[in-house]
Amino acid sequence: MNSRFMRVTSRLLIASVLGLGLPLQSSHAGLVGTDKVAVSAQSQSERERIRSFLDREDVRKELQTQGVDVYTAKARVDALTDEEVQKVAGKLDQMPAGGDIIGILFTVFVILLVTDILGYTKVFPFTRSIK
Amino acid sequence: MLFRVCARLIAGVFFLIWLGGCATPQTQALLKTHPRQLPQQMELSKVPFYPQETHQCGPASLAMALNAGGAKVTPQDLTPQVYLPGLAGSLQVEMLAATRRNGFLAYELAPKLDDLLVEVAAGSPVLVLQNVALSWYPVWHYAVVVGYDLKREEIILRSGLERRQVLPFTTFEHTWERAGYWAMLALPPGRMPRTATEAAYVAAAVAVEKFIPPKSAEAAYDAALKRWPRNLSARIGLGNAAYAQGKWKRAEKAYLQATLDHPKSAIAYNNLAQTLAEQKRYPEALALANQAVLLGGPEQDAAKNTLDQIRKKMRK
Repeated sequence: MNSRFMRVTSRLLIASVLGLGLPLQSSHAGLVGTDKVAVSAQSQSERERIRSFLDREDVRKELQTQGVDVYTAKARVDALTDEEVQKVAGKLDQMPAGGDIIGILFTVFVILLVTDILGYTKVFPFTRSIK
Repeated sequence: MLFRVCARLIAGVFFLIWLGGCATPQTQALLKTHPRQLPQQMELSKVPFYPQETHQCGPASLAMALNAGGAKVTPQDLTPQVYLPGLAGSLQVEMLAATRRNGFLAYELAPKLDDLLVEVAAGSPVLVLQNVALSWYPVWHYAVVVGYDLKREEIILRSGLERRQVLPFTTFEHTWERAGYWAMLALPPGRMPRTATEAAYVAAAVAVEKFIPPKSAEAAYDAALKRWPRNLSARIGLGNAAYAQGKWKRAEKAYLQATLDHPKSAIAYNNLAQTLAEQKRYPEALALANQAVLLGGPEQDAAKNTLDQIRKKMRK
């Protein structure tokens, strides 16, 4: 099949699927949105910068490398405020992500067991700390 | 043999010295001063429990907080919204964002233990991030604080596989401190955090606005204006929410108040002009749109556009 045709079709398809995750309230013609109020002239250009940054998909790619597919990544980025987007962009690796308690090495195991008992940590469900 | 004992002793001594530097200042302060008439104890036993699946403490904790506020959402629903397989966990910003996507106001608390307890006492479960291991060997974990007991110096959480985890304040503070004292609320729009500050609450309301029906946004801004009647974002937000529902009179009243409280706000004039135009009151609208353009600012193009539209309609 014509690969160009395929490309165009798949792009259209992606665009239409992305549209599904869009926010509820569309802005009305003539009305200025609430999110514009607390924005100074200076940070307005910053905001625009982030918007175009988002359009370049850099942030979405960042999420994708973490294993999130493009559709959900788009919807997830949409839910962030501009300030939060700034925080996330390029910083994913350093940010703490709450996960599970798996892969703890045995050497650390003993230390953590003691620190648990002293009430300094809480890794093991069976420890009762002394106050 | 002797060497071994010595090695252990030395290790033990170093260990104690190392621990000596780890105080729990917030717990000490809390127990010394009884802040803001906190009830002696509190437990929100109705907060549901979702035991977490592998690495899924983020979705599970968020589901508990949202369901406590009346949402019907499972951890499985939330996994594609907050979970990052590459990190085997969930980021804090995404916990806030997913809260908004589910129509709830996401409010980050001040990093204070007594604020956390005040919110629990007010009936809100508090979602917290903990580093349950060590600063140099972090194990991040989300849990939900549902209660406390000041006399027994204990805090009660829904955590991991434990429906009711009871921790001494000091242990909790250690694990919480290592995660930067991070805590958040997920509230139905219209409910105000007990410890809310003006800037943080209004920013949270503005951030959730596009994910909730205008009627809910109206409630969120109404709550803000009751406490901070002169807040411009909240006043404009109230107008915008009323406008979106076609309540022209209510929108008009809000924008008019905004122009009185903040005569330099071009947005207030622009939106008021637009609302009057909707009511076909073109001459008044024209004057106000002119004023909006004169005031300038980053939204001047929007004001010019409003002015043009009104002129076009007047020519018809």
